[in-house]
Formats: sequence, C-alpha cells, structure tokens
Amino acid sequence: MSTSKFEPSIISRPVYGKLSAQTASHNLLIADAQGAEAIIEMAEHAPKSFFEQAHIIYIQKGTADAYLSQLESLGANQLYIGPTYQAALPRILNTLENTQVGIKLYLAGTEGLIGQVIRDATRFGVAMSDIQTEHRGSTARRIQCVHCKGIIEDVTVDPFQCSHCGLFLFVRDHYSRRIAAFQGVRVDAEDPGNIPEAVERFK
Amino acid sequence: MTAGTPKINVTVESVTPLNALITRFTFRESCGKDLPAFSGGAHVVVEMDDHGTKRMNPYSLMSDPNDTKRYSITVRRDDEGRGGSLYMHSHVKAGMEMVISTPVNLFSLDLTAKKHLMIAGGIGITPFMSQIHQLTSTRAHFELHYSVRSDALGAYLQELTQSYPKNLHVYRDDQDEQLKLAELLNGQPVGTHVYVCGPKGMIDWVRETAREADWPDSSVHFEEFTAPKSGNAFEVTLHQSNKTISVDRHQSLLEALEASSVEVPYLCRGGACGQCETNVLECDGNIEHNDHWLTDDQRLSKTKIMPCVSRFAGKKLTIER
Ligand code: FES
Repeated sequence: MSTSKFEPSIISRPVYGKLSAQTASHNLLIADAQGAEAIIEMAEHAPKSFFEQAHIIYIQKGTADAYLSQLESLGANQLYIGPTYQAALPRILNTLENTQVGIKLYLAGTEGLIGQVIRDATRFGVAMSDIQTEHRGSTARRIQCVHCKGIIEDVTVDPFQCSHCGLFLFVRDHYSRRIAAFQGVRVDAEDPGNIPEAVERFK
Repeated sequence: MTAGTPKINVTVESVTPLNALITRFTFRESCGKDLPAFSGGAHVVVEMDDHGTKRMNPYSLMSDPNDTKRYSITVRRDDEGRGGSLYMHSHVKAGMEMVISTPVNLFSLDLTAKKHLMIAGGIGITPFMSQIHQLTSTRAHFELHYSVRSDALGAYLQELTQSYPKNLHVYRDDQDEQLKLAELLNGQPVGTHVYVCGPKGMIDWVRETAREADWPDSSVHFEEFTAPKSGNAFEVTLHQSNKTISVDRHQSLLEALEASSVEVPYLCRGGACGQCETNVLECDGNIEHNDHWLTDDQRLSKTKIMPCVSRFAGKKLTIER
C-alpha cells in the first residue's frame, strides 16, 4: 500500500509500497525531503542490527534540518547528508558501483529521486526484487520534453512550458524507466496557439 | 497438437571418447542444410530406438552457438541408469541417422549480468561449454568453478585450462579439493549472476548458500543434469483416454504415455520447463516428485504430477490425460 495518494492512472505508471526492514548484510537507504519520515517509521519495526549494516544517504531538498537529529539517532553505520540530489549524486553512484550482491536498497521520498536511483542501481546490476520504495512528500513530476529531450524537474502544473525549448507541454502518465521521467508532449500540436489554462495537478 | 519442438534429421558426424566414461557426439543436418542457431545453455532432445523402446533424452549442446554446421553433445555413461546413455555409448556410430529436437534453452545466460559466475559439477560442465563460447565472443566477464572426480575424469579440463587459464578454478575430489562456496558467494560485485549445473545435491547447496548470502532469486540460475530416474513399475489410469497403462521400471510416465499414443506436451523431459504438468484426479499412495517445477504446496496437495520425471507408489493414481 502506498503512503501517498495518487490520482487514478494507467497501469504502467510506477507504484510505490511501504518500506519494511529485511535482514541483510548490507542496507543502503536513500531518501529525500519527507522521505526521511519513511525511514524513521521503518526503524520502529527494524531489527536492532539493521542500522549497524546501513548506509543512509539523505538529501534535504529544502527541508533544512527538520529530520537530521532523528536520522542521526538511528545509529547508521554511515550517514551522509546533502542539500540536493546533484550534490549527492557522485556519492550515490560511487556507492552503487562498489556494492556487492546481497545489498538491499530502500528508497523513499519523491518520484524523481526514487526513479533516478532505480535507473542507476539497475544499471549497475541491482535486482528489482532487492529494491523497496515508499513515496513521501511532493508529487511533483520529473518530465522529459519529448521534442527537445530536455529534462524539467519538479513540475506541478499541467500544461507547462518547457524550460529548454519553450513549447507548452501536456504531462502524460507515460513513464520512462530508462530516463526516469514522465513524458511531456506538445499540447497545441494539432491546433497551434490553443493552450489550455494551466492547472496545479501535482503538489 | 504435436508435443515437443520440431524435429531435425541429423547424421552422426563423429563419436569421440574423451575418457573412460564420457563421449562426445557431433551431428550434422542430414541434407547438409544449416542447423538452427541456438544460445548458450540450450539442449536438444535426442531420440533413440533402444530395441523397440523409444527413448528421448535431453542433452545440453556444448558446441559453439555460432556454428550452424554442427551440434555437439557430451554424454556420460551411466551404467545404473535407464539405458539412454548406454545406448548412446554402445550403439551410436559415425554415419548413423538420428532424430533430434530443435534446441530449447531453459538455462540461458542473463546478458544484463556484469559478471557470470559458473559452478559446474562433473558432466554438468556441458551447458557451460556453449555459454563460454558465447561469452568470449562478446568479451564478457566470467569465472568457471569446476568440480571433478579427478583430472582423468574431468571432461574438457585440458581444453579449458589451455583456453581460459585465468577464468578456470578446478576442484578435484581425489585431491580433497573443495569449493569454498560461502566465501565465493560473499562479496561478489553487484550485478553478478551465478549459474549451477551438476548433481541435485550441488544445485541445492548453491541455491541454499546463495539464499543465506541474500542473493536475489533472479540472479541464481540452475539446471539439473539428470535423465529421469528408474524406479518401481506402477499403473496409472488415464481419465480422458479411458484406459489404464503400466509404467515399467526403466520407463518414465511420459514415455509410457507416449508408448500408448497419448500425446503430452514437453520441452525439457527433465522436470524443469513445466510443459508436461498434469492434473492428478485420484491419488491413493505417494507421488515421487522429482521435478523442479511444482511448488511445495502443489506437491503436498497431490493434485499435480510432472510425468517426465516423477513416479508413483501406491494403490491407485488417476490423471487427467
Ligand atoms: S517436460 Fe519439462 S517439466 Fe516435464
């Protein structure tokens, strides 16, 4: 069961579950913003030894130090705090590349973070069955403009203007796992200039 | 409905004894046509007319998958077995016409793997031979851990040692060398897939050890390499065909069904593919489940049987065939 509520969608749209601590020799937890809450909640039911084998990478993404003391008190073997995904990326990639079979991944927070880590982890060979996810916080979308291929992060309104090529894009539920983004398609392709008013669809 | 995959008429090109127990057989398409390409780990079902008994045994292809001129299989003589391997060893000669099935692969490489860790026991080396051909053509990273009784009984040991000295690790029973499996499986880089082919005990050992080391099931691949076991004779009632047939000691239930003209779908004839799954309507006795297909629950419920490998002991068995 997903923690966040999403509007009804097509069947291929990613879905998220609830984190539940498994016994494993290596645990890698990556979260952004309110995703910290998922880790903190999971910890309540986790076996004692869980965090001794755990590496937490936490991205504040505007939450400042709201969750830091709680995360610190979990006693993880390693805890990294970074302000943005971009800042944390080298560490995420380096960690994924150097892990071993047996690693379990716990991802929590926004779709953009979860999707991008899944994309990179599976590229390094982590099995999907070893990845748990829990969506928390903003439902803003990471979108690829299908025309110019530019990526726009944290889109909340539909339609919206591509910040790379300037076209007005309709936000589809069609998701690309390879790119870790939803698809944005020109909204006035058939009738140039006819651009519906933008509505806030994602918060 | 025709059971199995399309047949290919082949001519035995050569029969090459490799050691006291193991012989290689090479086939060409009888009219000189190309054989279908296959992928590493595939097997063919070889048909034999063993003095009136039709045997169809699966053997892994061990030749280069890119070579469509010939297929090779390697057969270990099993003196206690049902006779298929004995037939191959004593009756099959160069020039003979035979029928084999189109290749089927139930033990294929996962080409998304970053590293392929292969564990072979005895004659279980054969599917790895074709897989290694395939992997070296793409320069993929592999390691082969090969357990043999002795240097003399290790098929292809010399060839492998010469061609892949860095990839090969050999464990010889007669030297008390043993694969340290837990150490091997711990600490493998993420993206490694493990493949095991050998006796059942070895497969169970690898699967169990991998599970303990938190390997995901999707990265653990196995193929048991045994022909169906002999056992006691038994009778089976066929509900749809409305008859009762007997299965003799050296016959599988699938072979007995085929002998009485009841067609049953199959691919592997080794309890792995699931094609021959058959509903059990009545079972007063015990099913000896020898397959890798059914779940524990299905086994306990006595509602399914895999006729290619499983047998029955008891008063009455009725199946939906
Ligand atoms: S033929 Fe494959 S399981 Fe019986």
